[in-house]
Amino acid sequence: MSIPVYILKRILVSIPTILLVSMIGFFLMRFDFTIGPVDLPLGQGESIRVIEQTRIWNQIDPLAPLRHNPQISPAALEHERQRLGLDKPFVEQYWLWLTHVLQFHPSAPLEGNFLGFFTPDLGKTFTGNDVSALLMERAGNTLLLNVICVALSWLIAIPLGIYAALHWRTASDRLLTVFSAIGMAMPGFVLALVLAVVVVKTGILPFGGLKSDNFAELSLWGKVWDMAKHLALPVIVLTTGGIAGLQRQMRGNLLDVLGAEYIRTARAKGLPEGKVIYKHAVRTAINPLVTMFGYEFSALLGGAILVETVLGYPGLGRLIYQAVLETDTNLVMASLVMSAVMLVLGNLLADILLKVVDPRIELE
Amino acid sequence: MTATTEKKKSSSPALVNESGAIRRAFSKLRKDRIAFIATLVLLFLYLVVFMADFLAPYSPAWYDREFANASPTPIYVIDAETRQPSWPYVFRYEKKFDTDSYEYRYLPVEGEKYYLQFLTTGESYKIGPFKGDLHLFGVEAPARIALLGNDINGRDNFSRLLFGGRISLTIGFLSLFIAFPIGLVYGGISGYFGGRVDNLMMRFAEVIMSIPSLYLLISLAAILPPGLSSTQRFSMIVMILALIGWAGLSRIIRGMVLSIKNMEFVEAERAIGLQSLPIIIRHILPQTASFVIVAMTVGVPGYILAESGLSFLGLGIQQPDASWGNMLKEAQEITNLINRPWMLMPGVLIFIAVLAFNVIGDAIRDVLDPKSTIRQ
Repeated sequence: MSIPVYILKRILVSIPTILLVSMIGFFLMRFDFTIGPVDLPLGQGESIRVIEQTRIWNQIDPLAPLRHNPQISPAALEHERQRLGLDKPFVEQYWLWLTHVLQFHPSAPLEGNFLGFFTPDLGKTFTGNDVSALLMERAGNTLLLNVICVALSWLIAIPLGIYAALHWRTASDRLLTVFSAIGMAMPGFVLALVLAVVVVKTGILPFGGLKSDNFAELSLWGKVWDMAKHLALPVIVLTTGGIAGLQRQMRGNLLDVLGAEYIRTARAKGLPEGKVIYKHAVRTAINPLVTMFGYEFSALLGGAILVETVLGYPGLGRLIYQAVLETDTNLVMASLVMSAVMLVLGNLLADILLKVVDPRIELE
Repeated sequence: MTATTEKKKSSSPALVNESGAIRRAFSKLRKDRIAFIATLVLLFLYLVVFMADFLAPYSPAWYDREFANASPTPIYVIDAETRQPSWPYVFRYEKKFDTDSYEYRYLPVEGEKYYLQFLTTGESYKIGPFKGDLHLFGVEAPARIALLGNDINGRDNFSRLLFGGRISLTIGFLSLFIAFPIGLVYGGISGYFGGRVDNLMMRFAEVIMSIPSLYLLISLAAILPPGLSSTQRFSMIVMILALIGWAGLSRIIRGMVLSIKNMEFVEAERAIGLQSLPIIIRHILPQTASFVIVAMTVGVPGYILAESGLSFLGLGIQQPDASWGNMLKEAQEITNLINRPWMLMPGVLIFIAVLAFNVIGDAIRDVLDPKSTIRQ
């Protein structure tokens, strides 16, 4: 199967997956149904009540802040309830949400307006802000952070893994093993707390946010430098775990491959050692890591919630955390679907990369 | 490197005789020195949290508002006046308002020495059927001993650390014991029946897997009704943690079942008319035992981290109960942490527990999984 067809097929397959994710998400936010009463007949007209009539619903009230504000009239509260669709059953609410998101205009590209083909209406947050604008900004920040982290951890971990495997059982290999064990066991948010204390005390790096207050006045390079300084702390925290895990995997894989017959053959026929290792062994050993790429992406998305909260980084994780706490349905749904899409794309990218790295692999 | 190839040859028939392989693996494991140390560390941790009632000077709910955010109590072993070594003692502390800095300070009351007492009587407790009021150490009433200071409500951090460990160290195991049977049976059924059933079941597992796990955890934890008792909340958190772990496992089990179900003994069982479910549960799934043992030891730290992360965000174990995660929540304010660095102690313990589990997991994987080359 050629790569474009494969991509198309994978995207088509992932559509029901993402739909189901959105359904589960919506159910968790807005479920509201009543069960019972269930009576078990005992005969002779008697019966025993097994289940009382119970309402099962998400008890977190999204309108609580308004309800407790004495300046808000009951009429305004009712208006807000209707605007958010809280007075309808949750299945209907989901349908409304879905039809608003799936705004396709097949004729738009024919008129030369390619962006007009898909114009999802993600609705407004409970505070009245536009979800799509907020989401674009935050998803952009998270993507920036994750791409830097993945790139950096690969650039550092792969050479370290190769080095450790080639210096198998020497002091430096043992030291690297100890470091990777520590890096893997260190919870991201604990490391974030420790480094945050260091940074706040010494003041060597800015703490929190992505931009300084005077960002708009800086020159282009000043802006880049400013963002780099803000990114340094979250990047260090998030790459530590990634480097440790990847380094260990790479070392293990390479050790495995180095024991294989064809490596012995390559050496026996007099191939230079550098060629044996970098042309034959490393290329094979790196394959399983490429498969891990998609997984790593999701781990970063998840791990980022805690790190973003501790370090005050304006990313998708912190956004969804706050939105979930306030049951801000539109915001939760949009960011949940967004994260699922990012994950699916990450997995797809990993599979295509695998094909590029190892042409023997058949895409099916 | 020759060791690698030799190992592969010797352990390739592992699938045929699972229980024998496991027994041999454990005898090999006993000789691993690092894994042995890690096991000792874990045993020590579990013993300490099990004996928390006895080892902690106070109960987790005990508080003294006067001592909110107090520093660790200094213990003196050299008498201030005679300059001779003395039995360890502490001073009684008093809260004073410093009118220069506008801060509360805790100042020792000169001359009011309280000697450290071992095996002293204190608050009563129950360990299983045994009642007691004996504590390993303590000081007499007006004086306080707080090895790690007090929290914002004036509760003893050290005592809470021990009691919190109970929750943090058991929640992973409990979730694991719920998630694994689900994953095993789900994967087993999916792989055994194949076809449309397999397709449908695996698609659902993929959906669960394509929500980043912490997002799902947070969404689930956030909708827990607020009025739950602490036991109910604990069991709900266990369920929620279990709910995300099974999907990944079921996929791997399915893959293994796909190859096992074509083996002759399965065909024979079908021929003598055994039902599908007994074949899956009693005959096929036991073949995956070594993988499951490895996956379980590797899985525990993940659950411990997930619980601490949830509680850290305020969605897991709630006050007044203690867990390592929710004790760290106070440290979220960086200024708190700078002024009271000992608040990081729960984080250190999480790190030690996870490290020990990882080391043991690696060692078990090395002896049980013929393909593993993590530690050689």
